[in-house]
Amino acid sequence: MRSLVRRWPAIRQFLDGGDGTGREAMSARTRALAPKTSGASVSRSVCPYCAVGCGQLVYHRGGRLVAIEGDPASPISEGRLCPKGAASFELLTHGARATRVRYRAPFAREWQDLDAETALDMIAERVWRTRARGFLAARDGLPLMQCPNIAHLGGATLDNEENYLIKKLFAGGLGMVAISNQARI
Amino acid sequence: MPGLGTTFGRGGATTAQQDLVNADAILIIGSSMAEAHPVGFRWVVKAREAGALVIHVDPRFSRTSALADLWAPIRAGSDIAFFGGLIHYVLSHDLAFREYVVAYTNASMLVREDFKGPDDLDGLFSGWHAASQAYDPASWQYDRDDEGRPRRDPTLKHPRCIYQQLVRHFARYTPEMVERVCGLPRETFLNVARRYVERPGPDRTGTICYAVGLTQHSTGAQIIRSAAILQLLLGNVGRPGGGILALRGHASIQGSTDIPTLYDLLPGYLPMPAFGPESATLARYIVKHRQPAGMWAGFDRYIVSLLAAWYGPGSREHDFGFEWLPRISGDHSHQGYWLDMADGRIDGLFVMGQNPAVGAPNAALERRALARLEWLVVRDMVEVETATFWKDSPEVRSGELVPDRIGTEVFFVPAAGHAEKEGTFTNTQRLLQWHEKAVDPPGDCRSDLWFVFHLGRRLKARAAADDRPWNAGLRALTWHYPTRGPHDEPESEAVLLEINGWRTSDREPLGGSGELAADGSTSCGCWIYSGVYPRAGDNRARDRRPQGPYGHGWGYAWPADRRILYNRASARPDGRPWSERKKLVWWDERQAEWTGLDTPDFPRDTPPAYQPPPGASGLAALPGDAPFIMHADGLGWLWAPAGLKDGPLPAHYEPLESPLRNPVYPQQTNPAADRRERPDNPWASSPDPDFPHVLTTYRLTEHHTAGGMSRTLSRLAELQPALFCEISPELAERTGLRTGDRARVVTARGRIEAFALVTKRMRPLVIEGREVHQVALPWHFGPTGLATGDVVNDLVAMSEEPNVKIMESKALMCRVERSSVLSPGSPGPR
Repeated sequence: MRSLVRRWPAIRQFLDGGDGTGREAMSARTRALAPKTSGASVSRSVCPYCAVGCGQLVYHRGGRLVAIEGDPASPISEGRLCPKGAASFELLTHGARATRVRYRAPFAREWQDLDAETALDMIAERVWRTRARGFLAARDGLPLMQCPNIAHLGGATLDNEENYLIKKLFAGGLGMVAISNQARI
Repeated sequence: MPGLGTTFGRGGATTAQQDLVNADAILIIGSSMAEAHPVGFRWVVKAREAGALVIHVDPRFSRTSALADLWAPIRAGSDIAFFGGLIHYVLSHDLAFREYVVAYTNASMLVREDFKGPDDLDGLFSGWHAASQAYDPASWQYDRDDEGRPRRDPTLKHPRCIYQQLVRHFARYTPEMVERVCGLPRETFLNVARRYVERPGPDRTGTICYAVGLTQHSTGAQIIRSAAILQLLLGNVGRPGGGILALRGHASIQGSTDIPTLYDLLPGYLPMPAFGPESATLARYIVKHRQPAGMWAGFDRYIVSLLAAWYGPGSREHDFGFEWLPRISGDHSHQGYWLDMADGRIDGLFVMGQNPAVGAPNAALERRALARLEWLVVRDMVEVETATFWKDSPEVRSGELVPDRIGTEVFFVPAAGHAEKEGTFTNTQRLLQWHEKAVDPPGDCRSDLWFVFHLGRRLKARAAADDRPWNAGLRALTWHYPTRGPHDEPESEAVLLEINGWRTSDREPLGGSGELAADGSTSCGCWIYSGVYPRAGDNRARDRRPQGPYGHGWGYAWPADRRILYNRASARPDGRPWSERKKLVWWDERQAEWTGLDTPDFPRDTPPAYQPPPGASGLAALPGDAPFIMHADGLGWLWAPAGLKDGPLPAHYEPLESPLRNPVYPQQTNPAADRRERPDNPWASSPDPDFPHVLTTYRLTEHHTAGGMSRTLSRLAELQPALFCEISPELAERTGLRTGDRARVVTARGRIEAFALVTKRMRPLVIEGREVHQVALPWHFGPTGLATGDVVNDLVAMSEEPNVKIMESKALMCRVERSSVLSPGSPGPR
C-alpha cells in the first residue's frame, strides 16, 4: 500500500525533492527513453545529392539503418543538411525502392523476374555478340580499335572508383567511344 | 571545363566553399545557390554577416536574391554582354589590378599582326572557314621573335598587346549596350559594376559563384571565360576570398570529369587519342600533346603510367597498350550518339545513375530512340522512366508507341545507395571524401563497382577463349581486385590505390604525381589524384581531422591537397603577401621555401626571383613568379591563343532561339555551335511571333535532377508535389492565367502543361523598347513517382556548344497559353 502511494506522481515528486520540473517529473518509462541512435554504430558518409559534399553520420544497428544525420565535424557543412540530404534515410529505405532484377523481353508488356547472376551472364552475352558485329579495328591503314555500336550514359552520381572501372572496361577493354555522363563543363 | 581550364589551367573550381568568408564581394550568377546548394550558401551568408557585398544576377528573384544586397535581373542568355560590360567598365576606368595583371597574366603578350576581331569581321574572328564551319586559330597566336619567344610590352601600351586588344574588343560593351542586350537598366548595371569592382588591389578580393545557368548555352565555355577574364583583371585568382566557385549539381560530377566517363578524355584530362596519323603511335600522340614547360611537360609520364595501370607493365612491346585504345572519330558525345541511336546506329546501351527520359534535352526524341535499341541495361535505385519507357512513357500513353512493337530487351539491375557501399565522391571544390559502408544493400541491389567488375570478369573470360587480335587489349586489361562477402564485392580501396599509383616493381604506393616515370616503372590510374593514398593503409580521402581555415586533414583535395588553386598569386612577384589581410602563401626567406595557410600550388623550393636557364623543361622552365603552372607560359590567359573552338575572346552572340537580332554584331549566333536541326529537333526563328517569350529552366531545393533520387520520397514529394510554371503578373494578365490554373507551354519541339504560379519574382524586361517576358520551369518532373508532372525537357532542343557539346537549355523561346484540359497523370495541388 505504502509503495503504491509512493508511486503516485504527485507524492513521488514531493518525496524525491526538486520542484517538479526536473527528472523527478519523469515516469520510469520516460527516464528509460534514449535517442534512437543511442548504442548504434556510426559510419562516416557524404551526402549523395549535390556536390556541396555535406558530411553525414549514418547510424545503423544489426545490419539495419537507424538514422542519417549531418556530421557536425565537417568543415564544409558543420552538421547541416538540406531537405534532400535530410531525406537520404528515406532514399535508402522507402517502399518504392527497386530491389529485384527485372527483365523485359522484346515486345513484352510486363517485367519478369530474373536471377542477378543470370542477368549478368545474359548482358555479357549481348555485349560480346554486339561488339563482335560492330568492331572496327582499322580504317585507311590506321588504328581505330572502336566498338561504335554500344553506348554508355551516367557517372556523376557514382563513386570515383566506379567511374574508373567503367572507363577502364568500356573504353580500355571493349573499345567503346560513346561514353558520356551528366558533366559538360 | 575548357572555360576555366583554358584560362587558368585546370578544369575545376579554383577555391573552396569555406573561403567565401574571406571575400569582400560575392557575385552569384547563373545559379540560385540558396536553393540548389543551400548548405554551401551558408558561407555566403556568413560572408555577408561579416560585411561582404552579395550580388545576385539572375532572371528569377529567388531566395538567393532575397538574401543578396543587390539583385540584377537579366535576360537569360545575355551573360557575355553582362560580363563584357563589367570588363569594359574596369578597362575604361583603368581599374585593373595592374601589378597583378602585368606579372601574372598574358596581358603584355603581343598578338600576331594578321589577327582580326569581330569588330572588323561582322562578328567573326579571323580564321573562320565557312565550308568546314570551324575556325583555324593560327592568327590568334602570340607574335614570336626569331627564337620563338612571345613579344611582350610590359607597359601594356602596344596596340597589339593583349591588354589593348581587350580594351578595343570590349569597347562595344557599354552600359547602354548592356541595357539593350540584357534588359538591365543602366543605372542598375552601373551600381553592380561600381560595387563589385570597387578598389581592386592588394587588400580586396571578390568571388564569382556560378552553376549550369551559365554553362548550358551555345556560348557556355565563353561565358565562363568572360567571368574568368574579369577575375584576372581584378587580381582575384589564387587569393583568399577570390576565384571562381563552380557549383556542381551531382555528388561526384567533378570526379566524373577528373576520372571521366566521357568520350573525349582519359583520366586526369589526358585527351582520348583522335583517329589519324597523329595518334597512330604512342610517340606521335605524346609529341602532339606534351608541352615544353609547365606541368604538361610530364604528359609522357602521365599517359605511360595510366597505360601501365590498365594493361600492366608487360604490355611494353604494344606501346604499353596504346595500340589497343579506341580512337575517337566523330561526335560520340551524349547528344551526338543519341541521334545515331534515333537513326538505328547504336544497338546496346548502359544507363547507370542517369535518367535521360526526363533529364536530357528533347527528351521525347531521347525516349523514342530507346525504342530503336536491341538491348538496354538500366542501373538505378528506383525504376526510373528510362527503364520503363516501353510501358508508361508519354508516347506509349498517347498510343504513338505500342509495347507489342518495341523490340528493345531491357535489363533493370537495382543499385546500392551511398551508405551501402564505400568509395570516394569528389565535391564541388575538388575535395575527395570517402564514404563508408554502413549496411548491406537490400535484395539484388549491388554497387556499380560490383556490376562492372563482374561484367568485366565474364567478358575477359570470353576474350581469353577468343584470340581475334582486337581482343588483345581486353585480355591484357588488369582486373585483379580483391573481393569480399557473399556477393564477391570488389574492394574500393584497391581501386583507389590503383588510381593513386604504385611502383610496378614492388607495388609501393606513390606519394604524388612528381614520382611518375615514363618507362613503365610506375603505374597510375589518374595522375592528378596521385597522393590520395601515399602509403599502405593511408587513404587520405578518409581523413576526418580538419585543421585551419581550409580544413586540411579532412579529405583530400586534388592536386596535392591544394585547397586554393594558383595560390602563388596570393603573394607579390617578390614572394611577400600582397597584404596582411589577404595573405595565403608566401616565400619564407629563412627556410628558403613557400609556406602559408595552404599547400603551395608551386614548386616548394623555387625562389621568387628564379629565372629558368636555357634548355630547362617542365616546372624548371617556369620563372619563380609564374603562378599558373599548368600553362607553358605560367600565366593566366586573358586571351586564349589555343584551347577553344570559338574565339580567343568571348563575344556576345544571341541564343540559338532569341527574341531579337543580335544588337552587338551582325553575326546572330555562335558560328561554331551546331543546332543539330532535323525534323525531330526543330527550331523557331529569331524572332518568331509564335514563340515570343524567353524560356529558362531551374532546380528546386526539394528535388534532384531528373527525380530518380527525389520524386519517390514522400517528404520531398509533399513539399513539392507537382510541376508548375512561374510567370509574372503582367504575363498572367496577357494570358488570362491565374495561380492554380493549367498553363500550356509550347516550343517548336513540343508542348507540356503545368500549374500556373503568378508571382512578382518574375518580371518583364524592356529590351529595345519592347516588353520581353521570361518563363521559368523546374525540370525535375516526369510521369511516375509521387511528385509528377510533364517532362519539361520535351520543350528543350538538342544543340551543341562547340567546345564541350553542351546543350542550350537555359535560353529558348516559348509561348504560354491557358489550357482548358487537365493533362492526364497530373495531380491537383495538394
